[in-house]
This record gives sequence, structure tokens and C-alpha cells, in this order.
Amino acid sequence: MSTDTKSATTKKESLFSKKNRKLLSDPLDDSNPITVQVLGICSALAITVQLQQAVIMSLSVLFVMIGGNVIISLLRNMIPDRIRIIVQLVVVASLVIIVDQVLKAFQPDISEKLSVFVGLIITNCIIMGRLEAFALGNKPGPSFLDAIGNAMGYAWILLAVSVVREVFGSGAISLPGMGQVKFLPTDWFMSEGGFYENNNLMILPPMALVTVGIIIWIQRSRNKALIEEN
Amino acid sequence: MAINKNSTGYTFLFSILMVIIVGSALAFTALSLKDRQDANAADKKMIDILGAIGVEANRSNASELFAEFVVERVAIDLNGQQLTATTEPVNPKDKEDPFTIDVQKDYRAAVKSAVKAADGDSDKLNEALVDKGLRFPLFECRSQDGKTLYVIPVVGSGLWGPIWGYVALEDDMTTIYGANFDHKTETPGLGAEIKETFFTEKFKGKQLNKGASTLFSVVKGGAPTDEYSVDGITGGTITSKGVDEMINRTLAVYLGYFESKTKAQR
Repeated sequence: MSTDTKSATTKKESLFSKKNRKLLSDPLDDSNPITVQVLGICSALAITVQLQQAVIMSLSVLFVMIGGNVIISLLRNMIPDRIRIIVQLVVVASLVIIVDQVLKAFQPDISEKLSVFVGLIITNCIIMGRLEAFALGNKPGPSFLDAIGNAMGYAWILLAVSVVREVFGSGAISLPGMGQVKFLPTDWFMSEGGFYENNNLMILPPMALVTVGIIIWIQRSRNKALIEEN
Repeated sequence: MAINKNSTGYTFLFSILMVIIVGSALAFTALSLKDRQDANAADKKMIDILGAIGVEANRSNASELFAEFVVERVAIDLNGQQLTATTEPVNPKDKEDPFTIDVQKDYRAAVKSAVKAADGDSDKLNEALVDKGLRFPLFECRSQDGKTLYVIPVVGSGLWGPIWGYVALEDDMTTIYGANFDHKTETPGLGAEIKETFFTEKFKGKQLNKGASTLFSVVKGGAPTDEYSVDGITGGTITSKGVDEMINRTLAVYLGYFESKTKAQR
């Protein structure tokens, strides 16, 4: 028994071992932070009206998540137990402030639209949850992968929802730096005498919830392991 | 000897070190990005001012269009006396440039200290406000069809936080040419609607009632309006009142300046 643990700790584990690859892939599907753990829903509903906002938000969360996980993991043997939550909070809050400042300097328009939601990344349960549950007990390498996995799990739901909402709500797709690209000819729209009208309901927050619901439905019908017993 | 991670001394040491490191990192970020952020804020201000005279601008052409349409920038005091005027290009670093006056910040600071100094006496309050040396910027612009317009920044309070905007007057200094408003945290769908065009459109062509006690009013949603009032936002009563209040209070300051200007022209 003792030799087993010894060999496991002395033998260097490859960063892309099967166990570590699972850290990356699990949050995308089986333990997706939004659709399975139902965390971080608030921001997913609020900033998915346009794709460009969702992209910037996802990148911000990715940065904060990686930074937080790696820093906490590096400090995990130094952090006094009694103040570990406040230490995590300070690390996350500083990273979020840095992101907010950078957005204000380089993407002022999107920063205005995201308004308080960048600041609210601090309270995003996904981040604090991963710091507490993973980074505090694991080495920086796996924590880094765990951060990417979870941020990507969050990001793809955000992007999927925002594409659906923007395509049906505004008849367009927008990317940072490109602005909004309308792909339907203008004379198709009813206001111009055509037959097509954007679905304004899609722009309102309730449709984000419905869209997330539909994603959960599809996901559970494909992955029976996610369905609860009762 | 291993350090006891849970001792009080270690906890204090750890927190102190953490605060110092985090504090310097944030201060460094904030300072190194400040110039860019200020430039963005200046662009936004230009876009808003141009919006009030009906010129659509974006971040890339804001300063160009601003230089083209804004002829002169004037600062006046609380009694309507002209303090400074400039036609030079905007210099965001120059504190004397009327463009750089932060109306919102100055006004809030002045009112706060004036209320403290007046100690509940309304006569003293006015005196104290005069003493504060508040400066009010005025932007003299040329419209796209060659008319002279005056853009006045207005600031006030809505339900949850600050609201602000720009009101453009025609050269008779009575007719409103255009207006735009913005807010920090008003309720979406209710008070936040003040920034929408359906609301700002209503101000176009309205008059200031110079003889009366109230210059202009934003009436409660649905009530009849005349040439001196616009319909407020239903469900956004306090925000609408804030718009009403900031327009009346601010424009009153400029009336003295306009009067002396018209006299001088005759």
C-alpha cells in the first residue's frame, strides 16, 4: 500500500494523461457548469443578446478562471486555512478588476454593454467553486487544465445561446472588431415590404432561459447518465 | 522547523503581503491604462454632444466631427457671467478647457459641501453654491444646415443613481433643437427608457417658458402636454422628475448668459 502511493507520487504524471484529459472534457458535457451544475446562469441570461458580448465575456471568464486556478494552486500550501475563502476572493476580484480596466481601455463599447456583468464575474459560482473544490488540492498543471475545461464549458453554452438569440432576434451575427453583420437582404424585412420579421422575444431575457432549457433537454436525451433517478 | 500555517502571526503576515502585492498590481494596471480610458471617455462625450445636434458620430471620427461642428467652447459661472471661451482644438489635459469640466462630479461635490456649509438655511445654500466657483460649460455649434446651436450639459439624479444629458438650443435660445439623455443604473424598461429616441424625439421643437416660474416640464406619463412640456415615462416617474429637475435647474443658469449675449448683439 505504502509503496503504491510512493510510486504514484514519485513517477511524474504526464500533463496529458487520461485523467488530466478528462479534466478538460468533462466540464464540456458530463459536468458542464451551466447545464448540469446550473451555476453562472445569471450572466448567461444577461449578456447573450449579441455574440460579440458573449465572446468577450467568455474570454474574460477564461482569463479569470485560469489566473485564479493557477495562482491559488501555486499558493495552496501557503494559504492559511482560516482565511482561504477571503484569499480566493481577493485573487478573483483583482483579476476581474484587471479585466474590467483592460476592456474599458480597449473595448469601450462592449465594456459599456456588459456593464456590471464583468464585475459580477467575482461572484460567479463557477470560479469560486473550482478554486475551492479543485485548485486548493491540486498541482498547477491539472488546475490549469481544469480551469480551461470549466471556462470552455461555460463559454460554449454562452456562445450557442447568443448565436440563437442574435440570429433569430436581430437577423445578424456580430463579432468583436467587426460590428454587427446582417446576413439577410434588407428588402426581406417587413418594414421594407418583405415577408420576414425579427422575433423580438428572442432579445428579451426569458428566451435565454428557454434556449438554455432546450440545450439541457438535448444534452440529457443524448447522455442518459445525466438523468436523475426519480 | 516547519511554519505553523494556522498561527495568528502567519495569517497576519500572509494577509499583509497579499494586500501589498495585489494593491500594487492593481495600481499599476489602472495607471498604465488611464490615458486610453480617458481618451475613450472624451470620445464618448463628443459623440453625446454631437448626438444632441443630430450628428451621428462613432469613436473613429468623433474628434474630427467635433472639431467640424463645435465652433466655440465657453465656461460660465453660476450667475451667467462668461469665464473663459476657446476655439482652440480640444485638449483633454487642459483643466481650463470647458470641454474637460466634469459637470457631474463638480456639481455633486459643490452641492455636498454647500449643503454642509449652509446648515439647513436655504438663503445661505444659494450663497454657498456661488462661492464654490462652479463652472458651467456651453458648446456653441453649427448644425448640418448652417444654423447656430447651443449645447448645454445637464446632470441630475434619477431613481437609483446619476442621470445626465445634453440639450441643444437654437439661436433664439428658446427653442429646443434636440436632446439626449443617459443614465447609470435606472430600471431597464422603465426609467432607463429616457435614453431611447422615442423619448428624446419629443423634445425637438419645444419651447422654454422664459416668463414662467418653470422653464420646462416633463409631465407625468399620459398627461396633456403643450409647447413647454413633454410627456414623461409611465412607470419611470422619479426618473422623469429627475430629467425635469435637471433641465430647469441647469438652463436657469444659462439664461443670464443668453440675455447678456442678445443685448450685446443688438
